[in-house]
Amino acid sequence: MNEYFEVIRGGINSTFQDEGRKNFSHIGLPFSGVMDKRNFVIANTIINNQKEDPVLEFAYQGPSLKYFGNKRFIVITGDVNFKITKNNKKEILGNCYKTIEIDNGDIIDIISTNKSVYGYFTVNGGFKINRVWGSYSTTVRAGVGPNKGNKLLNGQNIKLNKSNVIQSRSLNFVNSKIEFIRVIKGTNFQFFSDQSKRDFFSKVFVVTKLTDRMGMRLEGVKLKNLKKTNIKSEGLVKGTIQVPADGNPIILLSDHGTIGGYPKFGVVISADYDKLIQLPPGSKIKFKEILLKDAENLYKIYNMETNNILNKIK
Amino acid sequence: MIKNIVNLGDAAIYCDFGNEVDKETNLKVIKYFKNIKDKNLKGVTNLSPSYNKLIITFDLNETSFDKLSLDLSNLDIENEIENKCQKINIPLCFDDEYSLDIPRLEKKLSKSKNELIKIFLSKTYFCYMTGFIAGMPFLGDLNKSIMLDRLETPRVKVPKGSVGLTEQFCNIYTFESPGGWNIIGNTPIKIFNSLSLSKPNLINPGDEVSFYEINKKEYLKVYNE
Repeated sequence: MNEYFEVIRGGINSTFQDEGRKNFSHIGLPFSGVMDKRNFVIANTIINNQKEDPVLEFAYQGPSLKYFGNKRFIVITGDVNFKITKNNKKEILGNCYKTIEIDNGDIIDIISTNKSVYGYFTVNGGFKINRVWGSYSTTVRAGVGPNKGNKLLNGQNIKLNKSNVIQSRSLNFVNSKIEFIRVIKGTNFQFFSDQSKRDFFSKVFVVTKLTDRMGMRLEGVKLKNLKKTNIKSEGLVKGTIQVPADGNPIILLSDHGTIGGYPKFGVVISADYDKLIQLPPGSKIKFKEILLKDAENLYKIYNMETNNILNKIK
Repeated sequence: MIKNIVNLGDAAIYCDFGNEVDKETNLKVIKYFKNIKDKNLKGVTNLSPSYNKLIITFDLNETSFDKLSLDLSNLDIENEIENKCQKINIPLCFDDEYSLDIPRLEKKLSKSKNELIKIFLSKTYFCYMTGFIAGMPFLGDLNKSIMLDRLETPRVKVPKGSVGLTEQFCNIYTFESPGGWNIIGNTPIKIFNSLSLSKPNLINPGDEVSFYEINKKEYLKVYNE
């Protein structure tokens, strides 16, 4: 029997993602992949899939999906408001980080993320999709990835693999907020005025509405470049904080253009990326300067914390 | 040959080959890029070669800036790059519908449309790098008489296939995209093919590219194929 979801509503930006696609940056394809890696790993672990299996990532408003098939389990991670309408019309309010059994005809409506941006949805057995160029990640702008490189569209179906056997499982977990986003100085840090260097690490910046999987534009005190506002185009990495001539920083995120010509003020450390990308427009950010060695240690701690969380799944 | 190696954040290495933008410097970058790509160094996730820089990203679970820098310094970079560079000929239509900025450039450069086209078509261009959007080639160097600044206000949407000029370079928009380059024409052929794993990009770093003029009828014929 073919089991599937019918997509009643695709949502704002729902895409299949995994850990990202390696080795194509030189042709202009970004790494992409899940924005919040910790919530991705938790989702796959709770549902007893492989850690690197693809999930459905959604932003703000997620999809509404009608299920056709035998009983199976779903899980949603993040800070997400969702409900399940059973075939007999009874409504169940959804809890994140907990397997929920669904049956033929049930509708899962992922209404919105709460004070955050991204959430993750998966089922036991996983989605029946193919790797494209070595990865299940979708880069919508280049049309590369499963689902023909598209986000979920209204009316399409999502085929599912055979379900594996699992017990109901859950995790008691709350996504913590972070006081500072920690940053390593960038290769053009010295282009900026001493005042701007101090301002960046002491003043508050606000996430604007111009924020998506490609980048996050910030507003706050403008950063003054004393040297040159354009550099010869060169490679970029996720987390790069670049500052164009108008002085407002832009943080490059997972779907960023692969090369660009704005000076690089700094780079957000790997350990803080999951928390950064969950900040919705209007959020306030404070930055803290950090050295490479400390960033490396913080990444080890981040991994240890993730493992501790995974060990608490019951 | 690399003048300086520093970290870019905690998961990337920034190799600086100098500030010059010329074929000689860029060929050094391409040589390093090809060699490192072939060696499959532990933990490397992506390589981004550009005019005079090479950025290497890595998986912090597998290696670190110190370890990978050491691997790089021990690397035996072969002197000759495999000479696989191709010569590619691109059809280009300069119909008014496609040459969005030519009326402005005629005034700015005091040259007729025909003169501009003739100067542009007379050279073969070297591909320095590809990127920004998937498959976009950065080609150079333009004849000095047609070097231009970026638009003061970039377009929100540059049509797919557009060929644009800025400074000593021209590029081809492989997708509809925002952009600030001066658009002189449009090519009907596919520069980036998301269905071809073996060869997604028609034009790659080190290739030699020339353009030839086609009329709108020929354009539509190729476009509809």
